[in-house]
Amino acid sequence: MITKVLGSGCRRCVALGENALAAARAAGKEVELVKVTDMAQIAGYGVMSTPGLVIDERLVSTGKVLTAEEIRALLQPL
Amino acid sequence: MNILSWFNDQVLRMTWLNDLVGAGIAAAGLDPASRLGGSVQFFIYDVIKIFLLLSVLIFGISWVQSYFPPERTRRILGGRTGLGASVLAALLGTITPFCSCSSIPIFIGFTAAGLPRAVTFSFLISSPLVDLASLILLASVFNWPVALAYVAVGLVIAVVAGTLIGRAGMEDQVADFVRTVPVHDNEQSMTRSARGAFAKGEVAAILRRVWPYVLIGVGIGAAIHNWVPEAVVTGLLGQDKWWSVPLATVIGIPMYPDIFGTLPIAEALLAKGVGLGTVLSFMMAVTALSLPSLILLKRVVKMRLLTMFVGVLTAGIVVMGLVFNALTPWFV
Repeated sequence: MITKVLGSGCRRCVALGENALAAARAAGKEVELVKVTDMAQIAGYGVMSTPGLVIDERLVSTGKVLTAEEIRALLQPL
Repeated sequence: MNILSWFNDQVLRMTWLNDLVGAGIAAAGLDPASRLGGSVQFFIYDVIKIFLLLSVLIFGISWVQSYFPPERTRRILGGRTGLGASVLAALLGTITPFCSCSSIPIFIGFTAAGLPRAVTFSFLISSPLVDLASLILLASVFNWPVALAYVAVGLVIAVVAGTLIGRAGMEDQVADFVRTVPVHDNEQSMTRSARGAFAKGEVAAILRRVWPYVLIGVGIGAAIHNWVPEAVVTGLLGQDKWWSVPLATVIGIPMYPDIFGTLPIAEALLAKGVGLGTVLSFMMAVTALSLPSLILLKRVVKMRLLTMFVGVLTAGIVVMGLVFNALTPWFV
C-alpha cells in the first residue's frame, strides 16, 4: 500500500513519516512512503494544516503528528 | 504595591531575573555597569526571559488554538460577507497558527470553499501579524497600552487591507488549481490529553524553529544596547527624520524571524531613542511580510494580486508607524 505524508518538509512531517514506517513494520505490512511537498498537491487533498497523512489515497489525518500506534490502528482495517 | 504593576515587573518583565543575572555577573568578576558586563547581562537575561515566556505562552495559546482548527474557522466564516465577516476573520486570525508558512494551505482551503477574497485576506494578514503571544510579549517589553494599541492597529490594517484587496476585482488572480481543490470537513474531535500533547508538541516545534532567531535577535539587541552610539541610531532612525518609518519598514520586510526574534531588537532601539512608531513598523514588517512566505504565496496567486498584497500592507504599516510616532507622548 502507498502512504503519503503531506507537508513542506518540516520536522513534524519528517516525524510523521518515520512513525508511519514504524507502524508499517510493526503491522508487518509492505508500505511505500511518498513525501508530497508540492503546495498544489497538498492543497489538492483539501488539507489546511500540515502534516497530513494519506493511506491508499484516503486522507486520514491533518495537522497532527500521529504516533506509530495510532497509525497502526489506521492501517489495521485495510 | 499595586498588584498589576507587580505582575508586570516581576512576572512579565522578570526584573528579579535581571537582578539575579547582574549579581551572577558581578560574582564572576565582571562589572554589570561596564560595557562588556552590561552586554553579557542583557544577553543572558533576555535569552532566559524570552524562552521562559515563549514556552509558557505557546503552551497556553496552543491549547486555545486546539479548539479552532482551520476547518472550524472556515465553517464559522462560511456564508458570511461584508465588513463584519472581515472583522471576524481578522479576530480568528489572532488565535490561529503563528507561522506564515502554515497560512498558505489555509488560504487555499478558504478560497476553495468560496469565502470572499476580502475575508480570506483579512485572515491571511492578521494571522502572522497579530497573535495572543505577541500581545503578552509586547506588554512585557513595552507596556499594556502599547501592546493593546499594536493589536488594535494590526486588526485594523488586516481588515482595511483585506477589504481593499477584495474590492479590487482580482477574482482571476488566483492560481487555477485552487478552484478545483476538494473541501473536506475532516475535523477530528480532541480529548483533553490530546490537547495537552498537541500544545506540548507545538512548544517543542516552535522553540526548535525560532531559537536561532531569538539568539541572533538578542545578540543584535545587546550590541545596539551597549556598543552602538545613540547618535548613530537616532541619526538613522530618529523621530525627527522623515524617512525613519519607511526605512524601518523596508529593512523589516525581507526578514524572516517572527516577532519573538525581533522583540529584543525593538527593545534596544526604543531604549536608544528611536520613535515608538518606527519600532512598531519594523516589527510589523518583519512579521507580516517575509521573502519565504511571499515565495510561497506567489505559487497560489498571480503577480498583480501579490503586488497589491505587498503594496497595501507596506502602505498600511508605514501609515501606522507615522501615526504612532505622532502619538508617542500618549504611550511612553
